[in-house]
Amino acid sequence: MKALGIVFSCLHERNVPELTAHRSLASVPFGGRYRLIDFVLSSMVNSGIDKVGIITKQNYQSLMDHVGSGRFYNLARKNGGLIILPPYGGGDSGVLFSNRLEALLGILSFIRRSSEEYVVMSDCDNVCNINYEDVVNFHNENRADITLVYREKLLKKYDKGNDVLTIDSGRVTRFTDTNNEDGARNVYGNMTVMKRVFLLSLLEAASANGYRSFSRDILARQTERLRIYAYRFKGYYASIDSLANYYKHTLQMLDKPNRDSLFAKGSPIYTKVRDSAPTRYIAGASAANSFIADGCVIEGEVSNSVLFRGVHVARGAVIRDSILMQDTVISQGVKISAVITDKNVVIRDGRTLAGCEGLPYYIPKNTVL
Amino acid sequence: MAKTKCIAMLLAGGQGSRLYALTSKIAKPAVTFGAKYRIIDFTLSNCVNSGIHTVGVLTQYQPLILNEYIGSGEPWDLDRSNSGVHMLPPYQAKNGADWYSGTANAIYQNMNFISKYDPENVLILSGDHIYRIDYSKMLDYHISKNADITISVIQVSLEEAPRFGILSADADGRVTAFEEKPKKPKSDTASMGIYIFKTWELFEQLIANEKDAASGKDFGKNIIPTMLREKRAVYAYPFSGYWKDVGTVTSLWEANMDLLGTSPAFDMERHDEKIYTRDQMLPPQYVARDATVNNSLITSGCEIYGKVINSVLSEGVIVHEGAVVRDSVIMKNAVIGAGTVINFGVIDENVQIGRNVKIGDEKSNRQNIALVGRDYILKDGSVVPSGAVVEL
Repeated sequence: MKALGIVFSCLHERNVPELTAHRSLASVPFGGRYRLIDFVLSSMVNSGIDKVGIITKQNYQSLMDHVGSGRFYNLARKNGGLIILPPYGGGDSGVLFSNRLEALLGILSFIRRSSEEYVVMSDCDNVCNINYEDVVNFHNENRADITLVYREKLLKKYDKGNDVLTIDSGRVTRFTDTNNEDGARNVYGNMTVMKRVFLLSLLEAASANGYRSFSRDILARQTERLRIYAYRFKGYYASIDSLANYYKHTLQMLDKPNRDSLFAKGSPIYTKVRDSAPTRYIAGASAANSFIADGCVIEGEVSNSVLFRGVHVARGAVIRDSILMQDTVISQGVKISAVITDKNVVIRDGRTLAGCEGLPYYIPKNTVL
Repeated sequence: MAKTKCIAMLLAGGQGSRLYALTSKIAKPAVTFGAKYRIIDFTLSNCVNSGIHTVGVLTQYQPLILNEYIGSGEPWDLDRSNSGVHMLPPYQAKNGADWYSGTANAIYQNMNFISKYDPENVLILSGDHIYRIDYSKMLDYHISKNADITISVIQVSLEEAPRFGILSADADGRVTAFEEKPKKPKSDTASMGIYIFKTWELFEQLIANEKDAASGKDFGKNIIPTMLREKRAVYAYPFSGYWKDVGTVTSLWEANMDLLGTSPAFDMERHDEKIYTRDQMLPPQYVARDATVNNSLITSGCEIYGKVINSVLSEGVIVHEGAVVRDSVIMKNAVIGAGTVINFGVIDENVQIGRNVKIGDEKSNRQNIALVGRDYILKDGSVVPSGAVVEL
């Protein structure tokens, strides 16, 4: 399989404005030591993809800092490798792309110049460890024009923001963003496979016909004309589409089946190496049901929580049901529950803070309380 | 510090026979230390943090894992053109092939490697010490004294002294006497086995030493005594930080324990001088609901369901329900079965321990460590008494 990876690093950023205030969606921290893009890039690399273009729009310094030359993903290559694709525009084009089709049209020459037979496209708000080789094989077996990756998801009546597929022996017969019943639905996972030349022909048609939306004008309207197939992904899948879901999915890392699927043996998740020392538990510390990265010093009490690298929990502090991002400092006697601290947050002596499950209390980057 | 001033030669070929089962299959510098490191990481990181970007690693004994581990040198930022880390195993030449027959002979056989970089000075290092040092300060000292050789020294207790090269120096730091592993030490100043030589002086000594059939071809036993006899400028550079020779199971265990506590004897987390290692890309550690972790150092990929007290756990270690790990060092990917109790144990990489196994004893001590060698499988209910060594 020779496939070109295309990653959309910035679509759907408005879903989690808190976490994307100073960074692109792709560089939102997740799972203790990772950024969202790590899951996408690792899946691609582990599937044998060795050329990946990352489409960026704004606030992508943190993303560039994180992925660097791509060496941590084995993508620092003489041929192919990792290519950052900043927005492209001439002197008179004031507005940057506003949807997926415009973004793809902006990298048309990159797609043309590539020689891979297939294209694998993915967004960054989907957290999973998927083998794209299986998807490409499925695509070929069905002689599909487009293959969409989906997963089964429980939806409530009128839930918004999900692309629901109706599937008849593998083929998509209906693609809609409305849902009128409670129950398990086949929901598009924002991962797509097609032949590179087919994508080019789609983009030409889109530009000739003035299509504005990949999902509405192509996927939803052309299910009869095009052979659109759906590949079911059965592993752990999380969609980071709200702060409440970010909280929920992060704490799902405390369940072994989820971890075993996302961090499957043989297909590791790569990330930028920070060279933190191992985590040190001091006498009197206690930890229970927690997922803890390296570089932490724990003197207090931590339960049902996820700690990123370099977090310090002082003596007498009690951390419950919380997510503490990189280099958070929790001072003596602090009590928190259902709190998300962004990077470099300091919570000083004795404070008590609490959110609740549906509405975690979020503390922005660099805040000192 | 310009890099042409100094390159490093790291002696990593030793068998480390006093580490018993730990070095049956791998070289001493490749032994796991401090949960996520290998012993050689400390010396390599010191080189990089000191601005020394050319390092020759002399290997001989069981080099396979070490070679694979060092690879291109990327984790230490030593993948460089015109410098970087280079593995230097013994090789075959026109006139035959020789194993390295001593520390000095190993460097002698690689004089052409040193010449290629044409450095003014050569730093000679051992790959089996745990410490953090800025070699550039030692080099400045060496240059300011116009020394032929500068030996890094540390104060040790008189009981420990017979294990080391012991020397005496005058007020200026010039060495007046040196004795390798003396039975009755005359001072408490010990050589750390770290030398900076003027390159031409080093070459001269190595060539002369090689011609002497009676010589043991060793820096401590032969070269340094000769240089003192010849009244060369031999200087001692005093070092006062944490330094540990991890040549025995007890000292390896002690050095691991030195990483624990509120302010550990050796603190590995320093932002300006990090210790670099090859990251295994494992997910964070998981500590389960009924687990206990107390005064311990634990790293990525571990899963803790039982009790871990006063211990150091490496990557991917699993401690099952009801298991107790106390005062122990557990190396990469070891699995500790349910109900198993380990006291004063050192468990090497990939060891599989069944259920209700008893290793060591609560009343044991650092002199009586139970040691389980690499890849060993312990069946349910088996017993390894304190001080015992089991290996494949």
